[in-house]
Amino acid sequence: MIKFILVQNRQGKTRLSKWYHPYDDDEKVRLRGEVHRLIAPRDQKYQSNFVEFRNDKIVYRRYAGLFFCVCVDSNDNELAYLEAIHLFVEVLDAFFQNVCELDLVFSFYKVYAILDEVFLAGEIEETSKQVVLDRLDYLEKLE
Amino acid sequence: MSGHYNLKALIKAIRSCKTLADERSVIQKESAAIRTSFKEEDSFARHNNIAKLLYIHMLGYPAHFGQIECLKLVASPRFADKRLGYLGIMLLLDENQEVLTLVTNSLKNDMNHSNMYAVGLALCTFANISSEEMSRDLANEIEKLLGSSNTYIRKKAALCALRVIRRVPDLMDHFTNKAKALLQDRNHGVLLTGITLVTEMCELDDKICDEFRKATGLLVKHLKNLVTTGYSAEHDVLGITDPFLQTKILRLLRLLGRGDATASETMNDILAQVATNTDSTKNVGNSILYETVLTVLEIEADDGLRVMAINILGKFLTNRDNNIRYVALNTLNKVVAMDTNAVQRHRNTILDCLRDGDISIRRRALELSYALVNEGNVRVMTRELLSFLEVADNEFKLGMTTQICLGAERFAPNKRWQIDTVLRVLKLAGNYVREEVLSSFIRLICHTPELQFYTTQRLYAALSSDLSQDSLTLASVWLIGEFGDVLLQGGTIDDGEEVKQVTDSDLIDLLELVLNSPYINTLIRQFVLTAISKLSVRFAELSTPNQSTQQDRIAEILASFSSNLELEIQQRAVEFGSLFGKNEIKMGVLERMPPPEIRATIMGTVSERRSVGSTRTDKDTVVDLIGDDSAPNTASLNGGSSGPSTQDLLADIFGTGGNDLTSPSTSAPSAGPARSAAADIMSLFDSSPAPAANPPPAPSASSGSNSLFDLVTPSSSSSAAPPPAPAPAAAPPKTQLQSYTAYEKNSLKITLTPKTSPSQPGVVQILARFTVSGGEKVEHVNFQVAVPKTQQLQMQAMSNTDVSPGSVETQQMRVIAPAGAAVRLRMRITYSKGGQNVTDQQDFAGFPADLTGAK
Repeated sequence: MIKFILVQNRQGKTRLSKWYHPYDDDEKVRLRGEVHRLIAPRDQKYQSNFVEFRNDKIVYRRYAGLFFCVCVDSNDNELAYLEAIHLFVEVLDAFFQNVCELDLVFSFYKVYAILDEVFLAGEIEETSKQVVLDRLDYLEKLE
Repeated sequence: MSGHYNLKALIKAIRSCKTLADERSVIQKESAAIRTSFKEEDSFARHNNIAKLLYIHMLGYPAHFGQIECLKLVASPRFADKRLGYLGIMLLLDENQEVLTLVTNSLKNDMNHSNMYAVGLALCTFANISSEEMSRDLANEIEKLLGSSNTYIRKKAALCALRVIRRVPDLMDHFTNKAKALLQDRNHGVLLTGITLVTEMCELDDKICDEFRKATGLLVKHLKNLVTTGYSAEHDVLGITDPFLQTKILRLLRLLGRGDATASETMNDILAQVATNTDSTKNVGNSILYETVLTVLEIEADDGLRVMAINILGKFLTNRDNNIRYVALNTLNKVVAMDTNAVQRHRNTILDCLRDGDISIRRRALELSYALVNEGNVRVMTRELLSFLEVADNEFKLGMTTQICLGAERFAPNKRWQIDTVLRVLKLAGNYVREEVLSSFIRLICHTPELQFYTTQRLYAALSSDLSQDSLTLASVWLIGEFGDVLLQGGTIDDGEEVKQVTDSDLIDLLELVLNSPYINTLIRQFVLTAISKLSVRFAELSTPNQSTQQDRIAEILASFSSNLELEIQQRAVEFGSLFGKNEIKMGVLERMPPPEIRATIMGTVSERRSVGSTRTDKDTVVDLIGDDSAPNTASLNGGSSGPSTQDLLADIFGTGGNDLTSPSTSAPSAGPARSAAADIMSLFDSSPAPAANPPPAPSASSGSNSLFDLVTPSSSSSAAPPPAPAPAAAPPKTQLQSYTAYEKNSLKITLTPKTSPSQPGVVQILARFTVSGGEKVEHVNFQVAVPKTQQLQMQAMSNTDVSPGSVETQQMRVIAPAGAAVRLRMRITYSKGGQNVTDQQDFAGFPADLTGAK
C-alpha cells in the first residue's frame, strides 16, 4: 500500500502531499525534506526510478520540474506504481488541459479531489481515465 | 483588519513575496484575519476562509485552529461547503486526534445522504482518516454500502472496508460475504477494489484465504478475459487492457496458490499464457510480467513455468531500462536462495550489471554475484570480481574483499590459487580488508610450508612497490618477520620467473622504509617492531654474511622507539631491546610460531544482506574437517594444560594483544628441562669425536618453549598411567603408523613412531615409547637426540623418567627436514638400572626415505 504521495518541484517546494499513514506534523516536515534530498540529485538517465527509503521504497517520476513520488511497501510492484503515477498525471493533464505547476498551486483543492478519485486509502481506486474525468465533471457542476 | 479578498488574491500576494520573512508576515496577518473572521460565525465567509487556511497549511504553517470550522462546513447543506469541509478534515486531522470523534456523526449522516456524491465524499474521508473507534462505529454503514447499486459507491465502500479491517481485523467477518460478491462484479473499478480488499483479508487470515481459494477459477477467468479480449478504450494502457487489474489479480493468485497444489494447478495455464503473450517492450507490459514472475516463483508451479519465470528475469537484465534491470536483480536476489542453478545461467549478464551506471544496480548485481560463486566457477567469478574491485566504489570494497576471500577459502581449487587471490586483494584494496580475512590468510600461509617462500617473496615485492595499502603492509611485515629465513634461503617459484635474491640488509631496509613511510600507524609500528626482533633471530640462525651490522641496526631501531610516546610501542621496544641482549632466551622466545588452528572464517555481517551460498554450509563443514590437520585436536588437548590457548596464539600473530612476550613465557616451565637436555647434547658432541660437520647448536636448544606440542606435562608426574597417544597420532591416519625399534638393551626398549601430515611436508612428528621387559624398573632415563645441521629438532620432556615394567612412557619430538631428506638421529641414552648407571650412544636412520615427502 501507499504510505504517502508527494509532489515537489526541483527547489523542494511541496505542491501536494497526501498521507495515508498517520505521521505527526514534525515527521511530515522531515519526510518532505528527506525525500527531496534523496530524489532531486538523482540522474534521470543512468538511475532507476526506485529508491530504498527507510523500510519502504519510493517510486518517483519526474515531469518537467515536478517530482511525483509515492512511498510504497518494499514488496510492492514498483513497475505498476510507476504506471499509476503516470495515470494520475494523465488525468491531471486532461483535466487542466496541459497541466503546469501553476495549476497545481492555484487549484490545489481540485488536485486533491482528483487524487481522491484515483487513489483511496493508499490503494488504486479507479484505473479508467475517462471514468475519473466524468466524475470530476459532475462534481464541478455541483459546485 | 481584513484579509485578502479570496484564495486567488492570497496566493498571488504570497507568490509576490521576495523573501521568506515577507511571506511569513503576510501569512501571519492573513491567519489573524481568518481567526477574527471565524469568530463572526459568518457562514458565507467560512468557505473562503477555509480555502485560504488550507493553502496556508500546505505551505507548512500552523492551521489547526481551523479544524472545528471544517466540521461546521461539513454540516452545511451546500455541496461546495461539504466538499471543502471534508478536504479540510482530511488535511488537518488524522486518526490520532480526538476531534475526529466529532466527525463520526457527520460521516454517518452523509453516508445515508440522498446525493451519491455526498455519500462518496463521506466514504472518501472515512477511507483516508478513519480511526479504530470510527471503524467500529461505522462498520455497519460500510457493509450496507458495499451492497449499493451504484458502482461509484461500491468501489469506495470496498476500500473503506479495507480500512476497517486494517484498523480492526476482528471485523473481517462482516465483509466476507459482500467481498465474495465483489469478486463477481462486472465493473473494473469495483473489481479492482474488491480484489484489493480480498487480498488484504487473505494476508491477514489464513482461514479466510482457504475460503477464497474456491474463487481461484473465477479470478483465472477474469484474467483470461483481460488477456484475450482485444482493445477496450476505457481501460487501455498502451495496448494492454487494465494492467492494474491484471497485477492485482496476479497478486491475489499468488496468495491463493501459495502452498496449495490444486489452486496452483488451476492457474498454471493462465500464468503461462500471460508470461508468453504480454508485450515486453513497454513498462506496462513489464509490470505485469514482473508480477507474473513473482507469482510463479511463490506458488507450487511446475518446473517449466519456473524456468520460464527465471528466463523472463534474465531477459529483464538485458533491458535498457534501468528500472527493469533493478527489479530483475532484486528478484533474482530473492530467488537465488531457492534455486541457484536457474540463476547461474544468467551469470554473465549479472556480471555485466557490475558495470552499470546506476549504483543501486551495481550493488544488487554485486550481492547476487557473491551468491553465485561455487566450486565450478570460482576462478571465473573471482577474476571478474577482482577486476571489478579495481574500479569499484569505495563503499563496496570492504564487503568485496571479504566476500572474495571467503569465496576463495571455500572453493579454492588449490592453495597457490587461493594465496594468489588474497595477494591480489591485498594489493588492490589493502585499505579495505577485515582483520578476520587477514588472520585467516596468515593461518593459511603458516599451514602451507611449501608456499611460504613464494608468498613471502611476493609480498616482499608488493610491499617494496606500494606502502600505502594498510593490510598489505601488515601481512607483509608479519610474514617477513616470521619467514624471513625462508626468504633469505631463497628458492624457486615454479613458473620460471627470475627471482631476485633478497639479502638481510634488504629486509631491514624495507622495514625501515615502512617505519618512515607517511602511511605508518601504530599497529604497523607494533608489527614492525615484532618483525625486526624475529628477524634478528632468523639472521642469527642462518648466520648471514652481514649479520653483525644488521643486528646493530635492529638494536638501533628498537632503541629509537624505547622512548616513544605510545605506551604500547615503548613497551615493546624496551622489552625486545632487553630480550635482544639475552641470546639464549631470545632464540626460544622468537622462534617460529606453531601454525595456528585452521578454522573457517566466520563473520557476522559479511554480506550486505545474507551469507553467501547458504545451501552449501553442510558441505563446507566436511571440507573443513578434512582440511584440518591434527591442529584442532592438539589444541583441544592442550586447552587443559599449561600451554597458551589458541586465542593467545592468534592474538600473538597479530601482535595486537601487545604481549608477545607473555605467551611464550607461559610455557617457560617446559622450556626448562628441554634446554638442560640440549645443553647435555652440546656436551655430548664436545666429548665425542666431532662428526663431519659441526653439530647444530641452536635448533634443538629452544624446543621446549613450543607449547603447542606440549602434550605431556613436563613436571613428570609420577602417576602410573601414561597419557594416551598424543593427539597427532589420534588423528585418523591413512595408513597404519609404523614403529621402528631404535634401541634395545638391558631390557630397555625404545621404539620410534614417525608421523607426517600432508599439509606440512618436511615436518615429522616422532613419538618415542619406552618400555622395559623383565621385572626390574629402569630409573632416571634421559633420552637425548641430535639431527644433522640441515634439519631442526624440537623435543618435549618425557612423560616419566622412571619406566616401570608393564607401563609405557612416551616422549614427543619434531624434526623439520628439507623435503626429500632422510631423517637421521643420533641418540644418547642414560639411565640407571638396579643401581647401576648406563650411558649409551647410538645412531638411527631406519625411517623410510620418503618420510619427509618427495621433492
